Amino acid sequence: MGRVGRTLLASVVFGCFAAYWLTSFDAYSVFRGDDRLLPSRAPDGAKGKTLFAAGGCVSCHASPDSTDRLHLGGGKPLVTPFGIFYPPNISPDPDDGIGRWTGVQFIRALREGTAPDRHPYYPAFPYPSYRGMSPDDAADLFAFIRTLPPVKGKAPDHELTFPYSVRRGLVLWKLAFLNGTVLHRDPNRSTLWNRGYYLVEAVGHCAECHSPRNLAGAIVQDKRFSGGPDIDGKGAAPNITPDQTGLAGWSEAAIASYLKDGFTPDFDSAGGAMAEVIRNTAELSDADRLAIATYLKSLTPIQGQSRVR
Amino acid sequence: MNANRLLLALSLTAVVTVAFASTESIGDRQRIMKANGAATKPVVAMLKGEAPFDLATVQKSLADYQTGIATFVTLFPDDSKSGAKTAASPKIWDDTAGFKAAADKFASDAKTAASAITDEASFKAAMPTVLKNCGSCHETWRVKDAQ
Repeated sequence: MGRVGRTLLASVVFGCFAAYWLTSFDAYSVFRGDDRLLPSRAPDGAKGKTLFAAGGCVSCHASPDSTDRLHLGGGKPLVTPFGIFYPPNISPDPDDGIGRWTGVQFIRALREGTAPDRHPYYPAFPYPSYRGMSPDDAADLFAFIRTLPPVKGKAPDHELTFPYSVRRGLVLWKLAFLNGTVLHRDPNRSTLWNRGYYLVEAVGHCAECHSPRNLAGAIVQDKRFSGGPDIDGKGAAPNITPDQTGLAGWSEAAIASYLKDGFTPDFDSAGGAMAEVIRNTAELSDADRLAIATYLKSLTPIQGQSRVR
Repeated sequence: MNANRLLLALSLTAVVTVAFASTESIGDRQRIMKANGAATKPVVAMLKGEAPFDLATVQKSLADYQTGIATFVTLFPDDSKSGAKTAASPKIWDDTAGFKAAADKFASDAKTAASAITDEASFKAAMPTVLKNCGSCHETWRVKDAQ
């Protein structure tokens, strides 16, 4: 074997090791660090209850066969172009839920998409948005979830198509698309705007449905909030920027009112997945709903393909 | 030759009739839903305290809901699954019994409220139950698409 051949072989071997290591479950924390996971104070379950409503946890994790929305047994299928996801049991059950988790494990799951056993979650769990939550708020949310009834039973495994079924690929996905930073207040904006910014971008994860996605399933950032395909693959989540194809004709008060009772200014009512979202936003305070509306109306208008009807 | 022409004419008529029939049903059901929206507007204003309570208006809206929904459920022939910007979910045809049950629940909730509501206090207590039907029906049976 000549010198060139040896160099080539060495490069290939090195490349394989590098690829293997880059997709190892620890690569994300090695690159991004573990320093954004520790709360600075004791958790506050009352604050966590508000975050729980704003975050829409029940919409995916509630047991589909239970009438109690606070039974977080998981298992309601989420059908996507990548396959079928079954949200896990996040009730405080020690065996089937998250009852044995530590606070830091919960914060890591929520903000970094990493399970306690280090395997990466699919971004069907909207941690690319939740990462904007502070560790203190994440700890508050965990404190509230721990007060809910434990539910027995695990959700089925996801049924995904290749190559999405390869979990190692998610580590690269996170390195490419997950911005691990906490959202920071903009001191030049009002308190109301900042609250809305936090609720829309981080906790409420509105962009996850109301934006188009690329082939890798990541949000197309320059089209953020301009509308996206419905999560069930039919229909569409409308443009929520203040463009003519979006919320231009809606006042802040109209948006806040819609988030409370589901009625549009024309007295149409929210349908599809949004009907479930309204059940969550109806539990927020009037001030929080107005904050969401204030932030949405401050977005740069982007022309979308779908119009709010 | 004549027979062929007749056949052509007949097929064209059939095509036009089918297209017309389905579009007509879609238009009719959309008009009923628009009327429901118009009937809801003053009621919600009263619930929010933006308009004074008016028993006659409330009773009219509740009656309109009941007559409207009774016609509405009959407007889903098999040839009206798509086209004319319909937002009807295919589930309506997959689970017709479930769809009709949801419509019946709306009608019976409206009927119950109509006999329960006599003044502003009973209105504020009974009306939200009726209005919850809008969201719960649309959640399952309607799919809005991009225009």
